[in-house]
Amino acid sequence: MPVSVANSQVVYDAMKGVGVTLVSALPETWLVHLIRMADEDPQMTLVRLAKEEEGVGISAGAHFAGARSAMLMQNHGFLQAINGIVGVSLLYKIPLLMLITDRGGFGEKDPWQTEGGKYTRPVLDALHVAHDDLTRPEDVEPKMAKAMTLAQSSLSPVALLLNRDLMWEEPR
Amino acid sequence: MKRLDCLRAVYPELEDCAVVTIMGAVAAELYSLGHRANFFYLEHAMGLASSVGLGIALAQPERKVVVIDGDGSVLMNLGGLTTLARSRPKNLVHVIFDNETLLSVGGGAPGGYKWFTTATSTGADLAGIAMAAGFPQAKTVRELGDFERAALDALDSNELSCVVAKVEAEMPKSFLMDVHMLENRFEFPRALQQPPSNQRALRRPTRIAKEQPTTIPAMKSLEE
Repeated sequence: MPVSVANSQVVYDAMKGVGVTLVSALPETWLVHLIRMADEDPQMTLVRLAKEEEGVGISAGAHFAGARSAMLMQNHGFLQAINGIVGVSLLYKIPLLMLITDRGGFGEKDPWQTEGGKYTRPVLDALHVAHDDLTRPEDVEPKMAKAMTLAQSSLSPVALLLNRDLMWEEPR
Repeated sequence: MKRLDCLRAVYPELEDCAVVTIMGAVAAELYSLGHRANFFYLEHAMGLASSVGLGIALAQPERKVVVIDGDGSVLMNLGGLTTLARSRPKNLVHVIFDNETLLSVGGGAPGGYKWFTTATSTGADLAGIAMAAGFPQAKTVRELGDFERAALDALDSNELSCVVAKVEAEMPKSFLMDVHMLENRFEFPRALQQPPSNQRALRRPTRIAKEQPTTIPAMKSLEE
């Protein structure tokens, strides 16, 4: 499976580097290595969700208790979590780091992924959630650090979109 | 059984706990007994009170977390019960006031009249659902004495517990709360910075065990 192990490790290390100790997640193909890394790391608490919106509440609780957390999800997971993002993170001004695998863009072969990807950025913009793309491995660590810094200083949700060029290695 | 009497019965035990309530009547009535900085009232996002409680419980395993929920909210996040059960934080007590109606969002009326009922009015059994979701213990109570015993047992137990209290669909005397949401939002984490005293702290603090790592078999994506 050509999901990049090396770049998943870069993302995972960057996430730990900004102090994340709790990750909530639902799997999708591009996230399998990241979730496995969290699962195998004795210093990381992994919460396997039934639905993404729960993760917003869990991250709020972790923040109240003094822990930094992240959510791992896909475009449709983000769309599913919106009521929580509005009703918890935005309403109560709570930092939230969302890592969203960005399916449905150029190169997408799965027809069922092609709608969700279209709306992710417009919806993030509509919510005034700051976001950036992670495309090249060398950008991951600095962008993760800046995203977490803004989340903590603005007490807001922020999103990093994990791009196909970062997560997927096309077989040559 | 009245919600306010139940809250009054457990109120003295909540001093050291992180308490997360849902919106509406539950928040207003707990507030009416005397606000404390360790109470957080989630005034929106129905269904997520237990998720907030789970996040606290995982990040502070040495502190008791009490989630005070309602049937309408729980029914909006039934999957959350399965997440709680599999995470199994031993320091979390999930109290659910079940008045069989969406009282605080307009489904109730003075005099206890229920015009917009929830599915618990037609037989959905939340304690049964919690047990089936994997909670190690869950119980339905209908009398105040039983509630008090069940809640205190749950608080004393070193195990994830659920207590479903069947209560009247009675409006609180007032929904007014003289603490702003954001004031509450900032005082609550400050209160959680204080280590819990011994009174209601876990007697045997335990690191929450991770689930067994799973070996992911080779997956075939349709992209390949």
